[in-house]
Amino acid sequence: MKNSKPHKIRWSFIIFFTPVALWLFLLIVFPHLELLKMSFTGTDFYGKSGFTLENYGEFFKEPIYWRTFARTALYSIFVTFIVLVISLPVTFYITKIARVKSQGFLTILVLIPFWVSELIRVYGWMILLRESGVINRFLVKLGIFSVPHEMLYNDITMVMGLVYTSMLFMIVPIIGVMESLDDALIEAAYDLGAKKTTIWRKIIIPYVTPGIMSGSIIVFMLVLGSYLTPKLMGGKNALWFTEQIYNSMIIYFNWNQGAAFGFLLLLLSSLIIFVALKVTKQDFKEVVK
Amino acid sequence: MQIALSVKNLTKKFGDFTAVNNISFDVEDGKFFSILGPSGCGKTTLLRMIAGFHKPTSGIIEIRGENVLEVEPNKRPVNLVFQNLALFPMMNVFENIAFGLRRRGEKGPEVDKKVNLMLERVGLPGYGGKQVNQLSGGQKQRIAIARALVLDPTVLLLDEPLGALDAKLREHMKVELKKLQVEVGTTFVYITHDQSEAMVMSDYVAVMNSGHFEQLDTPQNLYSNPASSFVAQFVGNNNKFLVGLKKDESGNFYATTPEGGEFLLSEPFDLEGQNTFEMYVRPEAMIINPKAGKEKINELNADVKAILFDGGNSRLLVVPENSKQELIVALPQNHQFDHIKAKDKIRVGWYPKSAVCFKKSEEKIYEEL
Amino acid sequence: MIRTLPNSKAYTAAYRLFIAVFFIFLFSPLLITMILAFNNSMFPSLPWKGFTLDWFFGRGPDKIGIFHDDSNLRSIFTSIRVAVAVSALSTLVGTMAAFLFEQEDFKFKQVFYFLMLAPLVIPGVILGISILLFTNAVGLFFEDKLGFDMKFLSPGYWLVVFGQFSFITTITTMTISARLKKFDRTLEEAAYNLGANKFEVLRFITLKYLRPSIVGAAAIAFLMSFENFNTTLFLVGSDQTLPINLYLQVRDGSTPVINAIAFLLITFTSIVAVANLYGGNKKDQA
Repeated sequence: MKNSKPHKIRWSFIIFFTPVALWLFLLIVFPHLELLKMSFTGTDFYGKSGFTLENYGEFFKEPIYWRTFARTALYSIFVTFIVLVISLPVTFYITKIARVKSQGFLTILVLIPFWVSELIRVYGWMILLRESGVINRFLVKLGIFSVPHEMLYNDITMVMGLVYTSMLFMIVPIIGVMESLDDALIEAAYDLGAKKTTIWRKIIIPYVTPGIMSGSIIVFMLVLGSYLTPKLMGGKNALWFTEQIYNSMIIYFNWNQGAAFGFLLLLLSSLIIFVALKVTKQDFKEVVK
Repeated sequence: MQIALSVKNLTKKFGDFTAVNNISFDVEDGKFFSILGPSGCGKTTLLRMIAGFHKPTSGIIEIRGENVLEVEPNKRPVNLVFQNLALFPMMNVFENIAFGLRRRGEKGPEVDKKVNLMLERVGLPGYGGKQVNQLSGGQKQRIAIARALVLDPTVLLLDEPLGALDAKLREHMKVELKKLQVEVGTTFVYITHDQSEAMVMSDYVAVMNSGHFEQLDTPQNLYSNPASSFVAQFVGNNNKFLVGLKKDESGNFYATTPEGGEFLLSEPFDLEGQNTFEMYVRPEAMIINPKAGKEKINELNADVKAILFDGGNSRLLVVPENSKQELIVALPQNHQFDHIKAKDKIRVGWYPKSAVCFKKSEEKIYEEL
Repeated sequence: MIRTLPNSKAYTAAYRLFIAVFFIFLFSPLLITMILAFNNSMFPSLPWKGFTLDWFFGRGPDKIGIFHDDSNLRSIFTSIRVAVAVSALSTLVGTMAAFLFEQEDFKFKQVFYFLMLAPLVIPGVILGISILLFTNAVGLFFEDKLGFDMKFLSPGYWLVVFGQFSFITTITTMTISARLKKFDRTLEEAAYNLGANKFEVLRFITLKYLRPSIVGAAAIAFLMSFENFNTTLFLVGSDQTLPINLYLQVRDGSTPVINAIAFLLITFTSIVAVANLYGGNKKDQA
């Protein structure tokens, strides 16, 4: 029964509510309103600031901006998809195929890199892949390459890096759901004559969809908003949109332009998540649990 | 005898819904008092008002003559054994039992002594160091009761504490609980939906239905003289007949069935108004192939549909001639009726005083059991 | 298919191979980074020139180990200061938020709940710049109208703490909420019924029950703060945190001292993570 406590004292509510409200308003709501406001603010010829659409106009006028934007969005979706394709068999192995004894160990093994800073993970790849890197050295020694090749600074490497740094955020939520999938369901489907592909399509994937959705949202967010990996591993002549924001804000010191870019990125991420949730008929609150 | 708990005109409303409707009763010191009713009848709400977790809409609750309505639940001299027991999983058995004592500021050897004494009382000496999750269902039960009893409450409230146990253990705990209550002499107020629990343990039972008491009586009286149709059906088993009533020239009352049966009743009835009644006859009051005696006996012919063998609780499922209604008849296991087979034709009879009759109520009556 | 169902040998072998490749993929960059911390070379690359501990203890002049590298040591110290503050604040507010959303009913609760979750879907970079813009605006306002110079509102230690706090608190709230959700509230009533007052109920029952999740949340918050880059990038002042400092060195090329730092970080985080997992599991069973 609800409201079981007698004489409910409202000050317990006040104690809990005040810090939470301060947090959400001062650090989330107001800053984003300021971001929105700044994105519509510009300085005119005489140095007076006022309302303008110029910051957004700039985005559509300059192909480099919206191309970077589209590139970032498409690559983010692509990376999320790759991550999903790798994560499903891995999580299935850990929860359903590996010996019960080694399950806990494998889970921890997968989780450890998750705790190591992104920077160090990227750094590891740089050591491996660069022209003077470990892999080049081996390949030359084995005679596969005659001279070392630069394997960093291209889109393929960047995608691999993004997959690597975000994969664990897909694996963790899927493991959570997959663990609770009753083996008997798979056995029953098998017993009723289903093939492996059918079992995956009809039983496993529908069951783990909530995990897939939460994983996909987190991975997509991380990739879209990542800065280090594209910056350190990506090609020198094609930017990631976060780099564009950084350049506007910090290098050109054009905060209004940076705010407009930032708001566009926020809009894009909300939109894509919204569409994804609608398409798969999932509820945001359920998904982030 | 002193009155331990007195409830006067207690009402609790949740919005438009009246959960407890103007209930009054007294419980004498040292008695085992049960409130028996189907789920949703308001018995838990009543208990929680006594414990202090709900504030009544109106009415008075007195403990040993003192009104406790303004006393916070943590200061009332009552303790509650929760339905799910609510043993603290983060403490061991000893700390669970000592919890209330420590809140009173008791310390040191005094606490040790009381806790150990209590553990012995409930038959679990030396269990203090165990973790709660190491205990069996029945042991948890006893610890939950010990935890409340150690505070020596004026009234111990028990909220269906046997509900979670399996059938065999529940039978055992019924007896244990009754013995414990007699031994400690504390007043118990016990709520349950299981009529057998209430009957076996209690000095008095209140049968509760949709917010009010239907009857408050000793278990024996509830069984033999139910005050309402609801009690007749809820306490024990009963066969129900839909009947009309008529009175003959000599002043005797008869129940008439649509199939044309006429059964003598032992009491007069008010025949004003609507003439549909419900007549109840208990399976164990039915006599198979009765022999004529001095007393008038009601009889009907019936076909045996099935024999429901259940040891000492075996019964016959019979269908009266020209009827579709099924009746249950107790089948004593004394070899007298061994010849009866399914599809046999038998006679079934009962003494007029075994039947009770009530005006048909519109109320939907609870069906479970 | 699964353990109990028969599989062809080829299928099993192929699956095993895939998993093996996956784990190699997962660990090779970390392992190679750690190994090269001990290479007696000026560059974080092969060839192997022999084992050395110089990148940990070297005093220069060529090889300055991490324990004598002032710039990196200072940034580690800054990161610890930030992480301690973020961890304490976000655990405290996260606990309150968990109580607020699990045990209180109020108007617009749904709206607040969504707001609480929002930082999960706001890119860290955006959080960074919006907090930068907002604190700058507030700082200017105070300076213009009231003549105060609000030092803590310009990029620096407190801004980094606020920025990280803003999204890490969502994580701590969810961690603690998850356990509070499973809390059987009759335990509170039982304690209350046994004579405990509200404060004692909170202290002996509810908080005790929540303790594993609070400790876990604090550890997660610490690690997340310690390695945060995206949000911090826009809020950092002259006191750089370790990830920012490392980034500058990695971008511009550096000695294997970074490998030594990485070695220490990986070891440290693994220990914390494993302890957290084992600790959490054990507590859950109790």
